[in-house]
Amino acid sequence: MKCQRCEKPATFHITDLVDGEPKELHLCEQCAHTFLSPEEEDASEVIPAMAGLIAQAAVGETAEDLARLDERVCPFCGISFLEFRKQGRLGCPHDYAHFSRELEPLLVNIHGETHHVGKSPRHSVRDAEQQTQLIRLRREMKQAVAGENYERASEIRDEIKSIESARNA
Amino acid sequence: MGLDLNELAQNCGEWLRGTGPEPDIVVSSRVRLARNLAEFPFMAKATEVDRTEIERILRERIDLLKEEERLPRNLTFLDLGELNELDRRFLVERQLISRELAESEGARAVAVDPQEQFSVMVNEEDHLRIQVMRSGLDLQATWDAANRLDDLIEEQVTYAYSDKLGYLTACPTNVGTGARVSVMVHLPALVITRQIDKVFRSLQKISLAVRGLYGEGSQAMGDFYQISNQVTLGLSEEELTKKVADVVPVLLDYERQARDFLVRESQETLHDRVSRAFGILRTAQTITSEETLHLLSSVRLGINLGLIKDVATPTINKLFIHTQPAHLQKLAGMELDSSDRAIERASYLRKHLASGGDGVAEN
Ligand SMILES: [Zn+2]
Ligand SMILES: [Zn+2]
Repeated sequence: MKCQRCEKPATFHITDLVDGEPKELHLCEQCAHTFLSPEEEDASEVIPAMAGLIAQAAVGETAEDLARLDERVCPFCGISFLEFRKQGRLGCPHDYAHFSRELEPLLVNIHGETHHVGKSPRHSVRDAEQQTQLIRLRREMKQAVAGENYERASEIRDEIKSIESARNA
Repeated sequence: MGLDLNELAQNCGEWLRGTGPEPDIVVSSRVRLARNLAEFPFMAKATEVDRTEIERILRERIDLLKEEERLPRNLTFLDLGELNELDRRFLVERQLISRELAESEGARAVAVDPQEQFSVMVNEEDHLRIQVMRSGLDLQATWDAANRLDDLIEEQVTYAYSDKLGYLTACPTNVGTGARVSVMVHLPALVITRQIDKVFRSLQKISLAVRGLYGEGSQAMGDFYQISNQVTLGLSEEELTKKVADVVPVLLDYERQARDFLVRESQETLHDRVSRAFGILRTAQTITSEETLHLLSSVRLGINLGLIKDVATPTINKLFIHTQPAHLQKLAGMELDSSDRAIERASYLRKHLASGGDGVAEN
């Protein structure tokens, strides 16, 4: 199948919502990338594919609800949902948890699945929540040390230790 | 023990040597794994300090693995910020780094082994892109090697991973296994007989992706195509490998049928096409990279059909790479503009395809 916008083969199959109607788009990697990340355009004018998918998932939600969703920001890396929609790239591992409800339909569209069944690391922290907690604490500790707030840093270190020992128990 | 890029330019990677199974059609097998370090934001939100730190950590851990002789000692870590543009393009042509990595800014690197069987890109779209390449159709061995390399690195760092979603990647299209399993195939007869679109349509139906080689702005230069899995979540790495592996015999069959058809139904036209291509490559005084790829493809087909006997496939494989712009300049030892390159390229081709004396060493 050829890309609908150029001569290259289409490798991306995107369901977009146009006037509330789902529409299939078949694009090559390059055109899909352009389509998914409208750089200069005002995001309110275009409904990129991801927003279309989200609209599909959140039937009954109003435009204001969607606008509010765009404003949502990951507390760890600071990426907004709008930024993610525009560039198609997430800001940190925690985004998968933070935007899980919105990402789910997108994952279904891309992979037809939402559960990993392959290999897993032998040494990593398994619990995603604890993992992000550790990441946050390590960051805070670094900041505390940089700000010469050693008392706070040692409190955080104890907190990290207790999480890690609980994990290894 | 450094890696000399000028020396690297003289020869060609193991994956081009045509030593693996089905070398007439399957040029190489490749597995790429996308991984991220749990403690850092993805590239979109990584600061320059984060990037430098990521590079430092990975370099340190890879050095440690080398010291312990669990990774080859001659594995070289190249700081891409320190390389000039020509060297970076050379690595792209060599398929050791991606175009994105070559063209991006800030702290970034690649670890390369001199046999070019594997490379580890640092700070590409993900913190790590582990890549293993093998000659011919050898997906199982390629996956095994990538898996081992991944395990080794994983002992040294904490990957971003969730039990539900698997390896977490910057783009949701890679989440899960983070694995792209692919084969690079040469399908000239399917292109000539205009059946290639039909084949792609059926590949897409079973959610395999198809890309041209050096595909920027041109469709599948030299009739080379990279076939890979599109889905990375919900299937195990073995299943993904099998999915790609299962389709290859079908592709081989189609391409061979198309070749048989050409030999049977239009022998003269085919012979003419191959001979003309060979003739131009051996006599041209100036030639573009695009025309070279096009003609080399016909010559490669001609060799595989026994129409050309005094040149071997690995020689042609090597010429595909060596006549690319950055390679030509590395080999000439100087920067050349595009018209000088066209002259240099023609001279290089004449030298290596001259009848009777094939100057290309089969190293
Ligand atoms: Zn396109
Ligand atoms: Zn985040």
